[in-house]
Amino acid sequence: MKGHRALGALLLALLFFTGIALGQAIDPLPFKNHAEEVRFQNLTRELRCLVCQNENLADSNADLARDLRHEVFELMQSGKSDDEIKQYLVDRYSDFVLYDPPVQSSTLLLWFGPLAILLAGAVVVVVTVRRRSRVAPVASMDDKSTDEGDDW
Amino acid sequence: MSRLLPFFGFVLLVALFGFGIWWNTQHDQREVPSPLINKPAPAFVLPKLDEPAQTVSRDSLLGKPYLINVFASWCIACGDEHPVLMADGKSIGVPLIGYNYKDAANDAKAWLAEHGNPYDMVIVDQEGRTAIDFGVYGAPESFLVDGKGIIRYKHIGPLTPDVIKTELKPAIAALAKEASP
Repeated sequence: MKGHRALGALLLALLFFTGIALGQAIDPLPFKNHAEEVRFQNLTRELRCLVCQNENLADSNADLARDLRHEVFELMQSGKSDDEIKQYLVDRYSDFVLYDPPVQSSTLLLWFGPLAILLAGAVVVVVTVRRRSRVAPVASMDDKSTDEGDDW
Repeated sequence: MSRLLPFFGFVLLVALFGFGIWWNTQHDQREVPSPLINKPAPAFVLPKLDEPAQTVSRDSLLGKPYLINVFASWCIACGDEHPVLMADGKSIGVPLIGYNYKDAANDAKAWLAEHGNPYDMVIVDQEGRTAIDFGVYGAPESFLVDGKGIIRYKHIGPLTPDVIKTELKPAIAALAKEASP
């Protein structure tokens, strides 16, 4: 049993490190230090690859993704902030490159639609429950009938 | 009435899904709207394919509208588009500028020699750096630039006779109207 678990952990570790090794093999970039590399990884993970549109820039093998990674890297070297780099890409490829769409008039439904549907559902539930409790009062309830709507 | 409510909910969902399917068959989901429409084309300086010592810049092309067509010999959809450019390229009324994208010069020359050259001029962006400024994400793409260097129209994907007739030519006609008030 113990042996199995150790083997499992070893396999997992192997898988994990191959992933890292491959990730680096795709794109060796001359980072100055680890913090810069982490910043680069985080930034490219938030940007969408235009070619394989369900992949982010960090993971994509597409030719353009590689070009854009290099572009991001060079912008970082020239001292641009994350927001400036994002804006640089948005100016060229529209908001589509951002995995996190900005809140604006065209994305209001996207951002708040689910909340609106949830609220609508809550209203329906509350109304239904209240109506039912009025139509068929529970026998055990005392007859002061102070319906707070919380009997569900 | 309230018994029918779930049914209405179901009908509403079916209608929504139906609309989604219809919408997606009418629109290319992969198409990314260009934020560069009605903005100045990025300043570029690129060498010519046949004379690499000579360069062409945005500013050297000012004055007259032109159509930039991004292509590459490795691009399969460009092969589909090519016969259309050969047939209709001359009839659109503006110079057609080939933008050879991330291609080897020899491959591009061989490709044009084999399939014919519909372009008035071919410029080369081997690194693909300028293409990023143009927001190119896949060939073929076409940009209509007016005499003031403003991008007025962009088509992503192969130009078809239908697109040329219903989108490109009207856009060019609108430019011509502006130029002669």
